[in-house]
Amino acid sequence: MKYVMSRLLYAILVLWIVGTILFFMFRLMPGSPLAAFIDQTTTLEQQQALIARFGLDKSLFQQYTIFLQNALQGDLGQSFFHRRPVTEVVMEALPNTVILTLSGLVVAYIFGVLAGAYLAWRRGSAVEGIGIPLALATRAAPEFWLGMVMLAFFSFHLGWFPAGGANSVGLEYDNEWRRIFTVDYLHHLILPVLTLAIYLQGLPLLLMRSNMIEILQEEFITMSKMKGLGSRTIVLNHAARNAMLPVATAFALGIGSAIGGNVVVETIFSWPGIGRLLVNAVSASDYPLAQGAFMIITAVLVAMNFVADMTYHLLDPRIRHAASN
Amino acid sequence: MPQAIEPMGPASTGRASAALLPHLTTVPRRTGPLPALALAGKAFWRVPRESHYAKVGLVIYLIFALTAIFADQLVNYEPLEILFADNYQLRRNLPPTADHWLGTSYSGRDIYSQLVMGTRSALAVGLTAAICVVAIGTLVGLIAGYFGGWIDNLLMRLADIALGIPFLPFVIVLASFMGAAQSNVVLGIALLLWPNSARVIRSQVMSLRERAFIEAARVTGAGKWRILFVHIAPNVLALSFLYTSVAVGWAILTEASVSFLGFGPSDTVSWGYMLQDAYASQALGRGQYNWFIPPGLCIVFVVMAGFFISRGYEEVLFPKLKG
Repeated sequence: MKYVMSRLLYAILVLWIVGTILFFMFRLMPGSPLAAFIDQTTTLEQQQALIARFGLDKSLFQQYTIFLQNALQGDLGQSFFHRRPVTEVVMEALPNTVILTLSGLVVAYIFGVLAGAYLAWRRGSAVEGIGIPLALATRAAPEFWLGMVMLAFFSFHLGWFPAGGANSVGLEYDNEWRRIFTVDYLHHLILPVLTLAIYLQGLPLLLMRSNMIEILQEEFITMSKMKGLGSRTIVLNHAARNAMLPVATAFALGIGSAIGGNVVVETIFSWPGIGRLLVNAVSASDYPLAQGAFMIITAVLVAMNFVADMTYHLLDPRIRHAASN
Repeated sequence: MPQAIEPMGPASTGRASAALLPHLTTVPRRTGPLPALALAGKAFWRVPRESHYAKVGLVIYLIFALTAIFADQLVNYEPLEILFADNYQLRRNLPPTADHWLGTSYSGRDIYSQLVMGTRSALAVGLTAAICVVAIGTLVGLIAGYFGGWIDNLLMRLADIALGIPFLPFVIVLASFMGAAQSNVVLGIALLLWPNSARVIRSQVMSLRERAFIEAARVTGAGKWRILFVHIAPNVLALSFLYTSVAVGWAILTEASVSFLGFGPSDTVSWGYMLQDAYASQALGRGQYNWFIPPGLCIVFVVMAGFFISRGYEEVLFPKLKG
């Protein structure tokens, strides 16, 4: 319990530090943040009013304390560009990102675990000679380039999938759930998910394979062999189950890091998620929004690191004892 | 067990690999830096002969290195030159021909020449970033592992914070904040990627610290820093090298992603710039595979070569990790 509390406090500390770094970084950014609001017709008085409205006339320290107070209440300020609360804009984009990331990860991990176990089983065969370099090659391919190739081939060349977005233009939905559970949404989702999955499957595959190989050399496996169990039973029921633990932890960590890495996949497929929001906000020097999107991505990353810590802590007694001593 | 070093993703070190950190099975029991270095040097040449992975990886590196060095001789046109035909028509979107081996881009530039020049910036960014990352990581790992106590605590908490920051978004924000230059991309990579190597080197140093040859050095009156840099450091060099070869790949991937998102310099030709150009000029819709396939393949080859080298060296130098 003490361990859980200390990790939790630690996660909050990281969030606070990141928030502080972000706050000062964006305040020191070159270019007037009001550029999006001001045109030739804006008078000087109007400019002053705008500056006052966004609190830009206060001292940096005052701005910082206001920022912290508001952030604690879930208020991340007003977006300059969307002219709406940042929290609202970000929360609209978050479900799209979560659905994309989770689907991609699930596909990647199911494939990776199965393929990794298979490669471990067929160790030293020709399959392994091709499988491992192939897995390494997919890890080496830039995500955005994979996306480009998929788009060019499946969308533009074959015309099987839409070229971008999450819903067809012109369709309207009563509520968020209706929008997501449509064939149309699924149709838009397939290519980005496949791209993400191809990129992500290398890690669980290699991890699963090397864990399996290690476990297959342990005594209890020899024991099962001596009991006369078939190799399929041994691989699936004994080795694979034990090799899954680090893969499960990697999955939690994967959610955190994939949400950060989604930036490029979302941009390629014009997927209305939080990564694309961040890129657009940074380009438009909409710093409340950029800051808010960054904070949410960080929060997910930190939370997932925490979850990974906890799963490992719960599932592996060796780690549990080491921590309590 | 390769996962401590293998492409885990910059932010995903975590506990998955913590329990499986590599342990040197055979640490050279030498007291001086020179024998240890000589041994490391010998191992460097031994590995490619024993591992196909390392061999293939080094050959790929060599090809790209030669391309980068002789880029000026290899190009057919200035990479950013806008080309016109004799009738003053822009030579845009040409398919591959004898004149333009990979065709031309939408703005009438020679794709092959851009690809060759891109090698130079890819390797420059990759190598400088990797050296920065691993230098910081090795230094932090050495100091944290050797001195322990509050220094270790402080440095490892710093590492946790660096790992808690989303990597690519951070580099983008930094690049837009400090200006679109490759040096800023390198800075972003160096600031966030060092914890991976630092953690592994730290645990290595912690075990080296207790060995008899370090005790012997201490007894003969060697100072702390002397022991650290003369006696311990040479023994973790192999690990540092392993991380460098992977970090080169990460740096190249990151630079390409940042350029692709439009936060890279617009006056330097890189593979990321080429892909961004192709994407923005609708090369995908026109099916100009000759434009956007080659730069991507080059990235895959360089990054993969780094993975291959680290895998090969791991198999031979750290046989316990062999997967």
